[in-house]
Amino acid sequence: MKPQNLETLRDIWVYLSASPLLHLTLTLAAYQVGFWLYRRGNLNPLLNPVLIAVIIIVLVLLATDSSYQTYFEGAQFVHFLLGPATVALAVPLYRQFEKVRESAIAIFASILAGSLTASISAVAVVWLAGGARDAVISIAPKSVTAPVAMGISEQLGGLPSLTAVLVMLTGISGAMLGPPLLNLIGVKDWAARGLAMGVSSHGIGTARALQVNEVAGAFSGLAMGLNALATAIMLPLLWRLVN
Amino acid sequence: MLLYLTILLSCQLAGELLAAATGLPIPGPVCGMALLFAGLAINKGVPKDLGDLTDGLLTNLSLLFVPAGVGVMLHFQLLATDWLPLSLAILISTSLTVVVTAGIMSYLGKAGGSQKL
Repeated sequence: MKPQNLETLRDIWVYLSASPLLHLTLTLAAYQVGFWLYRRGNLNPLLNPVLIAVIIIVLVLLATDSSYQTYFEGAQFVHFLLGPATVALAVPLYRQFEKVRESAIAIFASILAGSLTASISAVAVVWLAGGARDAVISIAPKSVTAPVAMGISEQLGGLPSLTAVLVMLTGISGAMLGPPLLNLIGVKDWAARGLAMGVSSHGIGTARALQVNEVAGAFSGLAMGLNALATAIMLPLLWRLVN
Repeated sequence: MLLYLTILLSCQLAGELLAAATGLPIPGPVCGMALLFAGLAINKGVPKDLGDLTDGLLTNLSLLFVPAGVGVMLHFQLLATDWLPLSLAILISTSLTVVVTAGIMSYLGKAGGSQKL
């Protein structure tokens, strides 16, 4: 290539990397690759499409020396849709509401127990394994949907940005490990499976549940919302009790 | 289609306002979910176009977590200091939560399946 062409190529790259188009396309393309692998593997939870897409994108960003801020200017259009999609969870919930009503008490009891288990066991493990105080506090709301988790973390004196990362990692881990674990303990009921996914791994678990079964998806969305509420109320109270 | 997209966004906006005004510890979109649910209950059904729209959004729900997931790259250093306790906690606690929640639901669901709200 002649130096002139190289110069033009560089100009095109500079132009593209400054426009949201490049990173929006990258996000969709990386997800397509992830979802293609996931489908090829018969929706095996271990081939989580979010994880695959994130790995591809992080590698591309590191290789091209692009910052997350630049990336997010393109990716924000996808990120924005999380809000309307959360509102949309009302539809599967409404469709399955008869089932929710039938076992309302069991649902509340299991979400409450799951919520307490998630926070207490996470704090206990980090503390026992010798983690720093910041880490112990920041992991407490890890199973809660990100905006609420960050708020709780701040209230307790943790690091909200560390909490956000732990929430993402928890969601991906739960979406990957939850289904095989549920098979192992022999839980076949879609309602119970959905609740477990929603309490343990919020929206990412709910996304996985919806891909497999609508009943599971509806219960998972419900569990995600109620878990956020329960944790936000109980965790600050528990924290005051311990200190 | 456009009508229902507007309704979806309006529910979210109303949810954000409600959450901010009442100081409830839940995010605006979750409040919006409750509002849309109330609307569906009043309407006594899901309009077909709304169902198509929400099904389309929810089919691709996992895509929407990708931008936030990439944010992990900002915090490699934060994670590096305590990576072992943090990974142990995520794996153990998430597994325990799955087992406890599903276990109690299966047990109570069988024992008291007829308890209505």
